[in-house]
Amino acid sequence: MSPVKTPLVKLSAIRKSFGPVEVLKGVDMAVEEGQVVAMIGRSGSGKSTLLRSINGLERIDGGVIEVDGECVDPGQIDLRALRQKVGMVFQQFNLFPHLTAGENVMLALKVVKKQDKAATRAAAESALAKVGLGHKFDAYPSQLSGGQQQRVAIARSLAMAPKVLLCDEITSALDPELVAEVLGVVRKLAEEGMTLILVTHEMRFAREVCDRLVFMHGGRIAEQGPPAELFDRPSTPELAQFIGMVEAR
Amino acid sequence: MLNFTLWDILSNLLLAARWTVLLSLIAFVSGGIAGLLLLVARVSPVPPLRLAAKLFIEVFQGTPLLMQLFIVFFALPLIGIETSAWTSAAVGLTLFTAAYLAEIWRGCVEAVPKGQWEASASLAMTFPEQMRHVILPQALRIAVPPTVGFSVQVVKGTAVTSIIGFVEVTKAGTMITNATFQPFLVYGLVGLIYFALCYPLSLSAKALERKLNVAR
Repeated sequence: MSPVKTPLVKLSAIRKSFGPVEVLKGVDMAVEEGQVVAMIGRSGSGKSTLLRSINGLERIDGGVIEVDGECVDPGQIDLRALRQKVGMVFQQFNLFPHLTAGENVMLALKVVKKQDKAATRAAAESALAKVGLGHKFDAYPSQLSGGQQQRVAIARSLAMAPKVLLCDEITSALDPELVAEVLGVVRKLAEEGMTLILVTHEMRFAREVCDRLVFMHGGRIAEQGPPAELFDRPSTPELAQFIGMVEAR
Repeated sequence: MLNFTLWDILSNLLLAARWTVLLSLIAFVSGGIAGLLLLVARVSPVPPLRLAAKLFIEVFQGTPLLMQLFIVFFALPLIGIETSAWTSAAVGLTLFTAAYLAEIWRGCVEAVPKGQWEASASLAMTFPEQMRHVILPQALRIAVPPTVGFSVQVVKGTAVTSIIGFVEVTKAGTMITNATFQPFLVYGLVGLIYFALCYPLSLSAKALERKLNVAR
């Protein structure tokens, strides 16, 4: 490992308000290539908003976001270059219902990356195979289970070859028995060295897979560090209380 | 005094009805194209475009079709644009149709879940790409029944163009009445012709609605 490493994702002094409510109060955060970072915290702590600001889905009011040399600041309108480097998977899957699994994966390759037909087909097949759904290429989203839909959504993002993948509570809308298959895919990506930033409520998963945990509270990062350290020796009462709440479930 | 048989009256009305059908088709097709452009402007991320489209729609929805036709027919010549009854009728009805279709379709676009915009934006697609590949194909399914339903309004709207002298079936009815003095018979036939044109459209709108609801 080289001693001087510029972070892949760098957030500086990010501010964001919804009306009179300030949900992000100047957040700094850096994620290096290959790191797996989980953001935890109560609902309303700003973790989803922070995640969604990284690819410009939420317009920030102040600060700078830098991903692999591409910048977002409050005035920026053209986000195309940045978004090609940042993949995103949503809680509600958001597959395109009028397209098959394969077409879902191929659409942006064709439209955004302007790849030819053979190349998009090959890329989509390998992306779907990677999430274990190579045989569902021609199935429509309505014919797939929630877990399968979410895996197609992951394949759709991966096919664009992003530098970092954002996962916004991607197992929260799934039935309990389907959570494992999706987390299994994420775990495999982490092992392969994909840079991941997750907002999650799966504490056991976060503890096992993540390099770093970021605990958000009241629009700020209250505490961060290796999962074991944070879970076993929380230094803020807020985190201690949050862990207590989660473990009581 | 001349005598007119029922067939004399009906055949003349049917000949005029051709123009009702043709005007309806022109207004619906060109209004549909203009309405699509208006829709894209109405939901675009560019505020001045959105505002201009909104203003256009509000003006045409907030004034009677008859006034719109008067303005096209009488006011345009004042600024040096000569128009015939034909072109005035076609232009007036096209603008009217465009405004209503754009607003109907906007409702359909807004019925597409927000997550579809977010997912396609996250894949680095631009607004036109999102519209073309993700939003419009989904909005289209919802849009078919109300669009076919609105075509009935277009057919009936053509009757108003008789006021500016365009000879479609209503105007022909007036002319024939002046010659035959049989208003009840003539306008009754005119009404039946409109019904024969509109009822199948209403029926197909209902059938399409049922079909698309089942498919969902």
